Amino acid sequence: MAQPGFGEIIRDGLWNNNQALVALLGLCPLLAVTNTAINGLGLGLATTAVLVLSNGTVSLIRNLVRQEVRLPVFVLIIASFVTAIELSMQAWFYDLYKILGIFIPLIVTNCTIIGRAEAFASRNRLLPSLLDGLAMGIGSTLVLLVLGGMREIVGQGTLFSQAHLMFGEGARDFVLTFGKDYKGMLVAILPPGAFLGLGLLIALKNIIDKRVNQARAVRADRAAMPETEAQAG
Amino acid sequence: MEFPTETSPHTARPNSVDTVMLRVILALIPGIVAMVWYFGWGTLINILLASITAVTAEALVMKLRHKPVLFAISDLSAVVTAMLFAIAVPPLLPWWLTVLGVLFAIVVVKQLYGGLGYNPFNPAMAAYVLLLISYPVDMTNWLPPRMLNDHPLGFIQTLHTIFAGHLPAGLTWDTVSGATPLDEMRTQLDMNRMISEIRQSPLWGDFGARGWEWIGNWFLLGGLWLLYKRVISWHIPVSMLSGLIVMAGLFYIADPNTHPFPLFHMFSGGAILGAFFIATDPVTAATTKKGQIIYGAAIGVLVFLIRTFGGYPDAVAFAVLLMNLAAPTIDYYTQPRVFGHKRGQT
Repeated sequence: MAQPGFGEIIRDGLWNNNQALVALLGLCPLLAVTNTAINGLGLGLATTAVLVLSNGTVSLIRNLVRQEVRLPVFVLIIASFVTAIELSMQAWFYDLYKILGIFIPLIVTNCTIIGRAEAFASRNRLLPSLLDGLAMGIGSTLVLLVLGGMREIVGQGTLFSQAHLMFGEGARDFVLTFGKDYKGMLVAILPPGAFLGLGLLIALKNIIDKRVNQARAVRADRAAMPETEAQAG
Repeated sequence: MEFPTETSPHTARPNSVDTVMLRVILALIPGIVAMVWYFGWGTLINILLASITAVTAEALVMKLRHKPVLFAISDLSAVVTAMLFAIAVPPLLPWWLTVLGVLFAIVVVKQLYGGLGYNPFNPAMAAYVLLLISYPVDMTNWLPPRMLNDHPLGFIQTLHTIFAGHLPAGLTWDTVSGATPLDEMRTQLDMNRMISEIRQSPLWGDFGARGWEWIGNWFLLGGLWLLYKRVISWHIPVSMLSGLIVMAGLFYIADPNTHPFPLFHMFSGGAILGAFFIATDPVTAATTKKGQIIYGAAIGVLVFLIRTFGGYPDAVAFAVLLMNLAAPTIDYYTQPRVFGHKRGQT
């Protein structure tokens, strides 16, 4: 199997095969914790860390594990890393850990991680696998951050509230408030808001893709034009 | 000699979308007049505001989708959605909430799913639920009916309240607003009062609450006219009201002290409006006859259960949305037998 180039891996992870917007994997944490931008960012970074570590490990042992038992082995590896991440968050980001709660241990069930281990890391060498984990993780994290930001702005009229949970006391002033009298549209914070927001993001991505493809087709047409004219002449 | 031949069907088309919608609007009028009589001008202002917003939004989306604009507006379906929404919300709802709700109904619930005929959920009810969940305070500021209202607002005052967002000087929400009958009944029952005690209050009429039950009657009249004109069939309204009354009746028989008389449920809140005008929405309801009976009865049962045991005093919107979700499944399992075929074959 041909090894994909680094550029392609990055483009796939961030855009073309974005795990949240295209593959629609890992939706449970995606929908559940994105009620503020910081929550989304926190879970996204934790997931990214697990993804990079598990992809790397799976890639290293890919020739040692028998086909028949590969999935349990992958799950064991992922679970170990998730436990490690959970304990470190408990140690260094205790308040954020309390808010994200059950969703940190649940990273282990995030289909993105086992999906990348199975689809990419078990078939590729170490470096591409690490990069794939990083790109896929950042791609998901960006969606979590944007969706969290959207829901937070509409739902309570702020952005980056409680940033101190992640960046320390100095970050208390990061919070942006939009309109003092804004009442907040509760539905955006509630689960339906997550579904509506994700739907809009997917629609936006499809529109952008469509526009880009159209522009590319027009350019290709123009490039092909002189040739056909030459043939006709 | 050659006779002109047409393809089937050979009968005149009885109903097109715009005649159906026009008849629904006409049938709503008696109920709306009653609402204006009992609760002041707010409902009328909301209907106008909602209709203008709905038609504008529909036109904009149709233009964005490169579809014929005039065709979509002239079928009046957006106006019906707007009217049902405006009837369901409190008369003094701030204008921007009405606009927000109608935009959600038309743009998200109706047009994003493909426009008229493709939306799985009733747009008016989805918008109502969106606002009820997001802005519970504004959405429960109802008024008492005129004979119990010490501070009825005039037309200008109502206009001012809706568009400025606050009441005229000297008035507060505590003096102006009043609980809806369902809300009042629930609050009192939560305080462990018995029905016979609760009904001592001047709020109550023969079946439901004064004012409210008459609004129900006028919507019933409109609904019966729709039945007579064959705009709707009897299956959904009858099964929904039966479901509601049977459930309420069983609980009433079991314990008449804590469960109001079944007709109270029928003439309170949105039960009649829901049965004749909302649950019968041809797009979102079940389409087979047997399916419509199941669909309607389930709505009735759900309305009673949510009213009695749920978190909100009225439940028509929630029940209708839940059953909208189930309608395709109900249709799938209630396909009628095709003539000449055995069941299970097509």
